[in-house]
Amino acid sequence: MSNVQTIVEILQKPWHWSLAGVMIALILFLLTYLGRSFGVSASFKTICNAFGLGKKYEYFDFDIKNDFWQIAFLLGVLLGGLISVTILYNPEPAKISQATIDHLATDFGWNYPQGDGYLPVDVFNIYNWKAIVIALVGGAFVGFGARYGNGCTSGHAITGLSHMRLPSLITVIGFFIGGLIMTWLIMPFIFGN
Amino acid sequence: MKFKRLVSFFLTGILFGIIMSKSEAISWFRIHEMFRFESFHMYGIIGVAVLLGVITLKVWKLMGFRTKDGDEVRNYVMPLSPKRHLLAGTIFGLGWALIGACPGPIYVLLGQGFLIFIFVLIGAVAGTWIYAAIKHKLPH
Repeated sequence: MSNVQTIVEILQKPWHWSLAGVMIALILFLLTYLGRSFGVSASFKTICNAFGLGKKYEYFDFDIKNDFWQIAFLLGVLLGGLISVTILYNPEPAKISQATIDHLATDFGWNYPQGDGYLPVDVFNIYNWKAIVIALVGGAFVGFGARYGNGCTSGHAITGLSHMRLPSLITVIGFFIGGLIMTWLIMPFIFGN
Repeated sequence: MKFKRLVSFFLTGILFGIIMSKSEAISWFRIHEMFRFESFHMYGIIGVAVLLGVITLKVWKLMGFRTKDGDEVRNYVMPLSPKRHLLAGTIFGLGWALIGACPGPIYVLLGQGFLIFIFVLIGAVAGTWIYAAIKHKLPH
């Protein structure tokens, strides 16, 4: 019993980035071994298919049986998230850099920590209509971009770059162009004081 | 697909959810910090994962590694179209930085109980729908 407790205590602590990198590579290897390519955003297509959009759009016209593996994987991901905030709950918020903390306080008027270090919940909560609009619009950009580009961070940045695919490299450069434009040029107008 | 295989995918998913949480890669703050170049954390995670991925896949190829079903490891490379990759990537990046989560973390954060991500998922599905509707007008 004490051994189990020790293991749980170790797992509760935040992981070093190098361990996290090794573990994400392990996910890539496990899914490759199981005969599938690691990617998450194709699930948005599966959801559209489940809503019956396959009758209207050729893009959603496929046999959902081929995506059962992804549904099983994503149900696991949901449960993994739940386990992380229950059994493996860690009260210590992410140790982000002081520069970022200062910037959030000065430019946005946000306190850190909040949302267990995962999310600025003072703004991103379901009681704030502005946050709901941001969530819908941000989500739409992610969904549209991922499907237009045929992959997201897992499919292009992890899987694609590991296979040294040129299209993936260009797509990842795009991720950063978009991310930098949003962070440096647009966000000050959305969250700025 | 056999039930046993689906269980393997389910367990791999649990592991992925825990890894993404414990590594803080699903943190809005970590993504913001990354795009502000104020920490090495996210670059370290992605860098190690890709470096290890490249080496292992190369070794597997040399050794003639096969999947559980005895197939060769598939390397599907999409047709090269720089305009499409850059445009799609940039649109994705705008959303990624704003909500601080890419598709994997959307599911992890939902599992953690952050209800606002229900709206993010609705948005993502809507974005996919819009893509299907205007697909023929976009450069591919």
